[in-house]
Amino acid sequence: MSMASASIQMVERENYLNKHYGVGSWLFTTDHKRIALLYLISITFFFFIGGFFALLIRLELLTPAGDLVQADTYNKLFTMHGMVMIFFFLIPSIPAVLGNFLVPMMIGAKDLAFPRINLLSWYLYIIGGVMMLHCMLTGGVDTGWTFYVPFSTAFSNTKVVEAGLAIFVTGFSSILTGLNFVVTIHRMRAPGMTWSRLPLFIWAHYATSIIQLLGTPVIAITIVLVAAERALHLGIFDPKLGGDPLLFQHLFWFYSHPAVYIMILPAMGVESEIIACYSRKRIFGYSFVAFSSIAIAVFGFLVWAHHMFVAGISVYSALVFSLLSYLVAIPSAVKVFNWTATMYKGSIHYDAPMLYAFGFIGLFTMGGLTGLFLAALGIDVHVTDTYFVIAHFHYIMVGGAVMGYLGGMHFWWPKISGRLYPEGWAKLAALIVFIGFNLTFFPQFILGYVGMPRRYYQYPPEFQVLNVLSTAGATILGVGYLLPMVYFLWSMRYGKPAPDNPWNAAGLEWRTASPPPTFNFDEEPVVTWEAYNYDELKSMPVNEEAPVDR
Amino acid sequence: MTDSPVVAVHGEVENPALLHHFAEPQQQRDAASLGMWVFLGTEIMFFGGLFCAYLIYRRWYFGDWGAASKTLDVTLGATNTAVLICSSLTVVLAVWAAKTARRKLLIGSLLLTLVLGFVFLGIKGIEYKEKFENHHVPGPSFQFNNVKIPGHPDQYANPSHAEIYFALYFIMTGLHALHMIIGIGIFIWLTTKAWEGRFTPDYNTPVEIGGLYWHFVDIIWIYLFPLLYLIDRHP
Amino acid sequence: MAGNVDALYIFLLIVTGLVTLLIFVCLLFFAARFRHRPGVEAEQIEGSTPLELTWSIIPMGVFIVIFLWGAVVYFQERTPPRDATEVYVVAKQWMWKLEHAEGQREINELHVPVGRDVKMIMTSQDAIHSFYVPAFRIKQDVLPGRYTVAWFRATKPGTYHLFCAEYCGTLHSGMIGSVVVMEPAQYEAWMNGGSTGPLSATGEKVFAELGCGTCHRSDETGRGPNLQGLFGKTVQLEDGRTVTADENYIRESILDPGAKIVKGFKPVMPTFQGIISEEQLNALVAYVKSLSAAKPGNAVAAGSTPPPAKASPQGSQVQ
Repeated sequence: MSMASASIQMVERENYLNKHYGVGSWLFTTDHKRIALLYLISITFFFFIGGFFALLIRLELLTPAGDLVQADTYNKLFTMHGMVMIFFFLIPSIPAVLGNFLVPMMIGAKDLAFPRINLLSWYLYIIGGVMMLHCMLTGGVDTGWTFYVPFSTAFSNTKVVEAGLAIFVTGFSSILTGLNFVVTIHRMRAPGMTWSRLPLFIWAHYATSIIQLLGTPVIAITIVLVAAERALHLGIFDPKLGGDPLLFQHLFWFYSHPAVYIMILPAMGVESEIIACYSRKRIFGYSFVAFSSIAIAVFGFLVWAHHMFVAGISVYSALVFSLLSYLVAIPSAVKVFNWTATMYKGSIHYDAPMLYAFGFIGLFTMGGLTGLFLAALGIDVHVTDTYFVIAHFHYIMVGGAVMGYLGGMHFWWPKISGRLYPEGWAKLAALIVFIGFNLTFFPQFILGYVGMPRRYYQYPPEFQVLNVLSTAGATILGVGYLLPMVYFLWSMRYGKPAPDNPWNAAGLEWRTASPPPTFNFDEEPVVTWEAYNYDELKSMPVNEEAPVDR
Repeated sequence: MTDSPVVAVHGEVENPALLHHFAEPQQQRDAASLGMWVFLGTEIMFFGGLFCAYLIYRRWYFGDWGAASKTLDVTLGATNTAVLICSSLTVVLAVWAAKTARRKLLIGSLLLTLVLGFVFLGIKGIEYKEKFENHHVPGPSFQFNNVKIPGHPDQYANPSHAEIYFALYFIMTGLHALHMIIGIGIFIWLTTKAWEGRFTPDYNTPVEIGGLYWHFVDIIWIYLFPLLYLIDRHP
Repeated sequence: MAGNVDALYIFLLIVTGLVTLLIFVCLLFFAARFRHRPGVEAEQIEGSTPLELTWSIIPMGVFIVIFLWGAVVYFQERTPPRDATEVYVVAKQWMWKLEHAEGQREINELHVPVGRDVKMIMTSQDAIHSFYVPAFRIKQDVLPGRYTVAWFRATKPGTYHLFCAEYCGTLHSGMIGSVVVMEPAQYEAWMNGGSTGPLSATGEKVFAELGCGTCHRSDETGRGPNLQGLFGKTVQLEDGRTVTADENYIRESILDPGAKIVKGFKPVMPTFQGIISEEQLNALVAYVKSLSAAKPGNAVAAGSTPPPAKASPQGSQVQ
């Protein structure tokens, strides 16, 4: 609802940011957009903690000897880097920030189905985060983020139970977010917003939510079992008492494999939105891209033991899981082909979001293709548990998911903040991130194939050159990540005010003010058009931040 | 804030229970119902991990588990099963009462559900106490020596394998009991609200979805009872 | 065999390289060719089902080829040859203890002759470790409580890295050793330079020390099954199951005798859990295997099952 005096430029329209002031209005909000910003601040905080650990790891690995930190410290560094980045950054990132902000708007709703549960979700995340911080500050944990038994239950002298419980609590945050999205997408769509008119961002988040709902409880119970075993010296996983360490691995990976799809699917959703907008075209093969998200979610639950090919499973099990792993690669490939095809006969603009999108396709393709190596049983025996795997998953999670996250943050920044980010700096940051990323992680593929195992803080001297290259890349990457933090903050005060639809993009979220009013729309939208109606929207306006026609 | 009254499709006047972000009460009801079903799906996955571990070790250590299972009191377990099934009946009555504006029946059914819930927990407490006294609680004080395997009078159960059984027994029934306690909390709240007259034929979603939750907890027990109490029992 | 792995790797490099190139070229070409030009609008193309099917089915076909090739290589990796020389490996935090069947003991080093098949029978004393020799392209997790197996045949003399590849605590990255591949003559010399006799002889001593012979007699009169010729055979259990008497079976029978009672015998064997070390266990397993010496290199857990033997001897009814 706009105030009567909206015609006066100097009076800022009432929007979700300025409607109420005060810490209380933020900490007790039920507005999905404010909750999204609460998440934004929290996950950025944890991103930099995880990044700091990564920096220390890479510094240690500059030299073959273990000379920067002690062995135990190093083991804690890579453990906590993994736990923080996965559970406190990657898994929430796009869904909790962009998803929370945009899902209701994209479907024409006033809020998510359960706004108070949404707030609870954030509080659970914070409680888990505080528990994790406390754990890290009072000794840390050194089991690896995968906390395999029996090391984690019987041999580690660190705070395994506490770290596990932190993740347990945060897991509920993830479950509740997924629950909210599923119910919202089913029940809160505006009149005329049929399933086939939904933006692909929504399809991607729907699929992600299914995984969050079905997978996270399994790691929750696994953590309970590990905690019980450790605290009470039980024998559920201990071979000396009749238990089976492989049971742990099955339970763990049953969640942790689909978890990687929680991390990448939302980024794929972002990718579709950006490519459509900056090519001024509907995504090629809309139905195929939509259903591929669902296919990835479903098949993703069937491949977990490809993390266990050398763990001692039977040859026949391994064959089954290898074959299924190739199956799950197909929908991802389909998406990449469709995005590429979308650009054919498009009208392409090169703003920062599109640069991130290009980076995403390139790096995700490379990361995904290396997955084919890992799914091949004969090769996996050699490269599993080496830097090859590390390179593979960083290509997808950093080259893919983080690029998708940054691209999305840039794309929707005007909507979220009401300001334009500085285009020149954004393009520079995208370039720095791309270069830094490749320099960091490409050498690791080679390192892995020549035999450097993971989780090593000292290594034979012949591995040094590649490690030095990787560390050099990491410092560049770090700069690339700092830049957006700086200029986004800067833009909130000094950036040009953004129009409602700076990119002339399709999607309901662009048909309301930037920033939007608290209840999103002045009137409930009634949808009579297909998604990506760029045939009607036609061209992109001149970007006020980059006046040169791009 | 848009304060104009929402006129729903069928011309009903705004329902005071209608939350602002819903267009009409039916949408709110559907959302709540779907939400609870989805949540119960996650609960199935949560217990599922335990059932998975259970299935594997039962297959491997059937004899030892038979011996361990035999130390549970079938009478108490069966009583508890009957108690929970009755409580599901009272829940169904409560939901029907809410939908048909039968206030006395509603409050009575809710109270009876609570009583049955407490009876369940009480019996469970008795069982746990007995286990504690017999050193069947896993951990440092666990003992399970010289217990014969059912059907194999010359073979003694392996204490370590029995300890795995008891570990899963306590974790599974313990988690179930925790869910019961939460359920009791929910029903205390429902009873209070029912007393205040909050529930009408137009608005009784909390009773319905609270009931769904209770039924789910009941169903989990219906699986737990035979799996835990009836391994290799002979008449 | 490393060559097979590398061949598949190169094939994958080529295939993925080509795909990457294809995507990158398309992207760059489209980005340039369809760059926004004033007055030129994008053409709205809904999609193309034939294209979708093509680029789903063709990749799937390529994937099946890769899968099959990978599966064949994996099968080779996990099927040790029958006559392989055996080395027992015990991994512990943070070292590798190796014992050749001929008796030599090594720590963090494994000497082998070039051209010989070597099979490692491995277990862990504590956490999960992983035996990794990059040069041979082999890796196998080493678990507590059971045996896992890996094998290789070195084709070139030299010294090669041995790494632990499963995180196991503080000195995980210090659990490094080497595999020393020697010419046959050199290896003979090395072998003769000090050994305690074959592992199976050590096992025979342990067998006697622990009094196993009291029940496991070499005729059919013992309270326990006759172990002569047992290894590798199919055993009938009392509960109706049949199992193969492999290393894991022998090991389990010593540590948890009640788990699998042989048909016709009573469950009277005491457990040796906690009384016996991993090295002693390995020695006993080697000894039991030597009792089937008529069939050298019997099948191991991961491999094929031997032809079913006659039913295990009917134990005499004691008392």
